Amino acid sequence: MNLLRRYILKSAGAAGALAITSGLLGTGNAYAAYNTAAFSAKTIADALKGLGAESATASHDIIVKAPDIAENGSVVPVEVTSNIANTTNIAILAEKNPNPLIASFNLSNGTQGFIATRIKMAKTANVRAVVTADGKKYTAVKEVKVTIGGCGG
Amino acid sequence: MPEPMKMRATMAGDIADIKVLMNHPMETGLRKDAKTGQIIPAHFINEVTAKINDVVVLQADWSSAVSKNPYLNFKVKGPKAGDKVNVSWKDNMGATNSVDGVIS
Repeated sequence: MNLLRRYILKSAGAAGALAITSGLLGTGNAYAAYNTAAFSAKTIADALKGLGAESATASHDIIVKAPDIAENGSVVPVEVTSNIANTTNIAILAEKNPNPLIASFNLSNGTQGFIATRIKMAKTANVRAVVTADGKKYTAVKEVKVTIGGCGG
Repeated sequence: MPEPMKMRATMAGDIADIKVLMNHPMETGLRKDAKTGQIIPAHFINEVTAKINDVVVLQADWSSAVSKNPYLNFKVKGPKAGDKVNVSWKDNMGATNSVDGVIS
Protein backbone atom coordinates (compact mmCIF):
# COMPACT_ATOMS: atom_id res chain seq x y z
CA MET A 1 0.00 0.00 0.00
CA ASN A 2 2.64 2.46 1.06
CA LEU A 3 5.00 1.41 -1.70
CA LEU A 4 2.28 1.88 -4.23
CA ARG A 5 1.51 5.32 -2.86
CA ARG A 6 5.16 6.33 -3.08
CA TYR A 7 5.33 5.06 -6.62
CA ILE A 8 2.23 6.97 -7.66
CA LEU A 9 3.41 10.17 -6.00
CA LYS A 10 6.81 9.92 -7.64
CA SER A 11 5.57 9.20 -11.11
CA ALA A 12 2.58 11.51 -11.15
CA GLY A 13 2.84 14.77 -13.06
CA ALA A 14 1.83 18.10 -11.55
CA ALA A 15 -1.82 17.74 -12.54
CA GLY A 16 -1.93 14.13 -11.40
CA ALA A 17 -0.34 14.98 -8.08
CA LEU A 18 -3.09 17.52 -7.47
CA ALA A 19 -5.81 14.95 -8.00
CA ILE A 20 -4.09 12.42 -5.73
CA THR A 21 -3.58 15.05 -3.06
CA SER A 22 -7.26 15.69 -2.75
CA GLY A 23 -7.79 11.94 -2.46
CA LEU A 24 -5.20 11.61 0.30
CA LEU A 25 -6.68 14.51 2.20
CA GLY A 26 -9.82 12.45 2.54
CA THR A 27 -8.00 9.51 4.13
CA GLY A 28 -5.90 11.90 6.23
CA ASN A 29 -8.99 12.68 8.25
CA ALA A 30 -9.03 9.07 9.38
CA TYR A 31 -6.37 9.82 12.05
CA ALA A 32 -8.29 9.33 15.23
CA ALA A 33 -6.22 12.00 16.92
CA TYR A 34 -6.44 14.77 14.32
CA ASN A 35 -9.09 17.20 15.53
CA THR A 36 -10.45 18.21 12.13
CA ALA A 37 -13.28 20.28 13.60
CA ALA A 38 -10.92 22.43 15.64
CA PHE A 39 -8.27 22.71 12.91
CA SER A 40 -10.74 23.74 10.19
CA ALA A 41 -12.55 26.26 12.42
CA LYS A 42 -12.43 29.76 10.96
CA THR A 43 -13.01 31.75 14.14
CA ILE A 44 -11.27 31.63 17.48
CA ALA A 45 -14.61 30.85 19.17
CA ASP A 46 -15.18 27.79 16.97
CA ALA A 47 -11.56 26.65 17.36
CA LEU A 48 -11.81 26.84 21.16
CA LYS A 49 -15.11 24.98 20.99
CA GLY A 50 -13.45 22.29 18.87
CA LEU A 51 -10.79 21.94 21.55
CA GLY A 52 -13.42 21.85 24.28
CA ALA A 53 -11.81 24.97 25.74
CA GLU A 54 -14.62 27.58 25.51
CA SER A 55 -14.59 28.02 29.27
CA ALA A 56 -10.85 27.57 29.86
CA THR A 57 -9.55 29.31 32.99
CA ALA A 58 -7.13 32.17 32.43
CA SER A 59 -3.89 31.22 34.19
CA HIS A 60 -0.74 33.08 35.19
CA ASP A 61 1.08 29.76 35.33
CA ILE A 62 1.21 29.71 31.54
CA ILE A 63 3.84 31.90 29.96
CA VAL A 64 3.48 32.71 26.27
CA LYS A 65 6.72 34.17 25.00
CA ALA A 66 6.58 35.88 21.60
CA PRO A 67 7.94 39.13 20.17
CA ASP A 68 5.92 42.33 20.83
CA ILE A 69 6.35 43.25 17.18
CA ALA A 70 6.90 40.70 14.41
CA GLU A 71 8.12 42.32 11.21
CA ASN A 72 7.59 39.17 9.22
CA GLY A 73 4.35 37.34 10.01
CA SER A 74 5.52 34.19 8.27
CA VAL A 75 8.09 33.43 10.97
CA VAL A 76 7.00 34.33 14.49
CA PRO A 77 8.91 32.52 17.24
CA VAL A 78 6.57 31.36 20.00
CA GLU A 79 7.47 29.67 23.26
CA VAL A 80 4.86 28.31 25.65
CA THR A 81 5.77 27.26 29.18
CA SER A 82 3.14 25.71 31.41
CA ASN A 83 3.99 25.52 35.10
CA ILE A 84 0.73 23.69 35.79
CA ALA A 85 1.34 20.17 37.14
CA ASN A 86 0.46 17.23 34.88
CA THR A 87 0.29 19.27 31.68
CA THR A 88 -0.68 16.78 28.97
CA ASN A 89 -1.43 19.03 26.02
CA ILE A 90 -0.41 22.46 24.76
CA ALA A 91 -2.30 24.00 21.86
CA ILE A 92 -1.19 27.18 20.09
CA LEU A 93 -3.62 29.51 18.33
CA ALA A 94 -3.35 32.85 16.53
CA GLU A 95 -6.70 34.49 17.08
CA LYS A 96 -7.03 36.28 13.72
CA ASN A 97 -5.56 33.68 11.38
CA PRO A 98 -7.84 32.22 8.66
CA ASN A 99 -7.72 29.01 10.72
CA PRO A 100 -6.82 30.04 14.27
CA LEU A 101 -5.63 26.65 15.58
CA ILE A 102 -2.00 26.17 14.59
CA ALA A 103 -0.74 23.19 16.53
CA SER A 104 -1.66 20.82 19.31
CA PHE A 105 1.07 18.97 21.22
CA ASN A 106 0.31 15.88 23.28
CA LEU A 107 2.98 15.46 25.95
CA SER A 108 3.63 12.17 27.70
CA ASN A 109 6.24 10.12 29.56
CA GLY A 110 8.14 12.93 31.21
CA THR A 111 7.84 15.63 28.56
CA GLN A 112 7.77 18.99 30.30
CA GLY A 113 5.12 21.67 29.83
CA PHE A 114 7.26 23.49 27.32
CA ILE A 115 7.08 23.95 23.56
CA ALA A 116 9.00 26.33 21.32
CA THR A 117 8.31 26.64 17.62
CA ARG A 118 7.74 29.18 14.86
CA ILE A 119 4.33 30.10 13.50
CA LYS A 120 2.71 32.14 10.72
CA MET A 121 0.44 35.05 11.62
CA ALA A 122 -1.89 36.78 9.19
CA LYS A 123 -2.14 40.02 11.18
CA THR A 124 -1.76 41.64 14.59
CA ALA A 125 -3.51 39.38 17.08
CA ASN A 126 -3.31 37.54 20.35
CA VAL A 127 -1.31 34.35 20.36
CA ARG A 128 -3.29 32.06 22.64
CA ALA A 129 -2.06 28.96 24.41
CA VAL A 130 -4.54 26.39 25.68
CA VAL A 131 -3.12 23.97 28.22
CA THR A 132 -4.76 20.74 29.33
CA ALA A 133 -3.77 19.48 32.78
CA ASP A 134 -5.61 16.79 34.74
CA GLY A 135 -8.42 17.05 32.19
CA LYS A 136 -8.93 20.77 32.84
CA LYS A 137 -8.29 23.57 30.35
CA TYR A 138 -6.27 26.68 31.10
CA THR A 139 -5.36 29.52 28.80
CA ALA A 140 -3.13 32.58 28.41
CA VAL A 141 -2.48 35.12 25.66
CA LYS A 142 0.25 37.40 24.35
CA GLU A 143 -0.37 40.10 21.77
CA VAL A 144 1.92 40.20 18.74
CA LYS A 145 1.87 43.15 16.35
CA VAL A 146 2.46 41.96 12.82
CA THR A 147 3.89 44.30 10.19
CA ILE A 148 3.64 42.00 7.14
CA GLY A 149 1.18 39.10 7.23
CA GLY A 150 2.46 35.60 6.58
CA CYS A 151 -0.51 33.63 5.32
CA GLY A 152 -0.24 34.39 1.62
CA GLY A 153 -3.00 36.02 -0.40
CA MET B 1 12.64 12.56 -1.35
CA PRO B 2 12.28 15.03 1.51
CA GLU B 3 15.51 16.68 2.58
CA PRO B 4 17.16 15.42 5.77
CA MET B 5 16.11 16.75 9.16
CA LYS B 6 18.45 18.08 11.81
CA MET B 7 18.30 17.33 15.50
CA ARG B 8 20.25 18.25 18.60
CA ALA B 9 19.52 16.53 21.91
CA THR B 10 21.46 17.52 25.01
CA MET B 11 21.06 16.98 28.75
CA ALA B 12 20.58 20.11 30.87
CA GLY B 13 20.59 18.82 34.44
CA ASP B 14 18.01 16.00 34.55
CA ILE B 15 16.08 17.32 31.56
CA ALA B 16 16.75 16.44 27.94
CA ASP B 17 16.51 19.46 25.66
CA ILE B 18 15.59 18.39 22.13
CA LYS B 19 15.66 20.72 19.14
CA VAL B 20 14.56 19.66 15.68
CA LEU B 21 14.67 21.39 12.29
CA MET B 22 12.57 19.93 9.50
CA ASN B 23 12.70 20.79 5.80
CA HIS B 24 9.23 21.38 4.44
CA PRO B 25 7.53 24.09 2.32
CA MET B 26 4.46 24.25 4.65
CA GLU B 27 2.18 25.65 1.93
CA THR B 28 -1.05 27.10 3.34
CA GLY B 29 -3.12 26.63 0.19
CA LEU B 30 -3.83 30.38 0.28
CA ARG B 31 -0.79 31.54 -1.71
CA LYS B 32 -0.89 32.12 -5.46
CA ASP B 33 1.87 31.29 -7.88
CA ALA B 34 3.25 34.68 -9.00
CA LYS B 35 3.67 33.51 -12.60
CA THR B 36 0.53 31.52 -13.29
CA GLY B 37 -1.92 33.05 -10.81
CA GLN B 38 -2.90 29.53 -9.79
CA ILE B 39 -3.38 28.78 -6.12
CA ILE B 40 -0.53 26.65 -4.76
CA PRO B 41 -2.16 23.62 -3.13
CA ALA B 42 -1.85 23.18 0.63
CA HIS B 43 1.15 21.03 1.51
CA PHE B 44 2.09 20.81 5.16
CA ILE B 45 3.25 18.50 7.91
CA ASN B 46 0.18 17.50 9.90
CA GLU B 47 1.62 14.96 12.31
CA VAL B 48 4.87 14.88 14.27
CA THR B 49 5.90 12.11 16.66
CA ALA B 50 8.91 12.04 18.97
CA LYS B 51 10.14 8.91 20.73
CA ILE B 52 12.85 8.28 23.27
CA ASN B 53 14.00 4.66 23.41
CA ASP B 54 10.91 3.79 21.33
CA VAL B 55 8.50 5.36 23.86
CA VAL B 56 6.34 8.19 22.53
CA VAL B 57 7.04 11.43 24.44
CA LEU B 58 5.40 13.91 22.11
CA GLN B 59 2.71 13.64 19.48
CA ALA B 60 1.71 16.80 17.67
CA ASP B 61 -1.02 17.70 15.19
CA TRP B 62 -0.22 20.70 13.03
CA SER B 63 -1.99 22.98 10.61
CA SER B 64 -0.32 24.78 7.71
CA ALA B 65 0.29 27.80 9.98
CA VAL B 66 3.50 26.38 11.38
CA SER B 67 6.32 28.25 9.62
CA LYS B 68 8.18 26.94 6.60
CA ASN B 69 11.04 24.59 7.53
CA PRO B 70 9.55 24.01 10.99
CA TYR B 71 11.53 24.35 14.19
CA LEU B 72 10.48 22.46 17.28
CA ASN B 73 11.98 22.49 20.75
CA PHE B 74 10.72 20.39 23.67
CA LYS B 75 12.05 19.13 26.99
CA VAL B 76 11.76 15.71 28.54
CA LYS B 77 12.49 14.72 32.13
CA GLY B 78 13.83 11.23 32.74
CA PRO B 79 16.11 10.20 29.89
CA LYS B 80 19.88 9.86 30.24
CA ALA B 81 22.77 10.69 27.98
CA GLY B 82 23.09 7.95 25.39
CA ASP B 83 19.33 7.36 25.07
CA LYS B 84 18.00 7.12 21.52
CA VAL B 85 15.74 9.85 20.13
CA ASN B 86 13.62 9.51 17.01
CA VAL B 87 11.48 12.29 15.53
CA SER B 88 9.27 11.63 12.53
CA TRP B 89 6.68 13.55 10.53
CA LYS B 90 3.93 12.87 8.06
CA ASP B 91 2.46 15.45 5.68
CA ASN B 92 -0.96 15.89 4.12
CA MET B 93 0.28 14.37 0.86
CA GLY B 94 1.39 11.18 2.59
CA ALA B 95 5.14 11.87 2.56
CA THR B 96 7.13 11.00 5.67
CA ASN B 97 10.59 11.64 7.06
CA SER B 98 12.42 10.96 10.29
CA VAL B 99 15.67 11.59 12.09
CA ASP B 100 17.52 9.51 14.67
CA GLY B 101 19.86 10.84 17.30
CA VAL B 102 21.43 10.18 20.65
CA ILE B 103 21.17 12.41 23.72
CA SER B 104 24.57 13.86 24.58
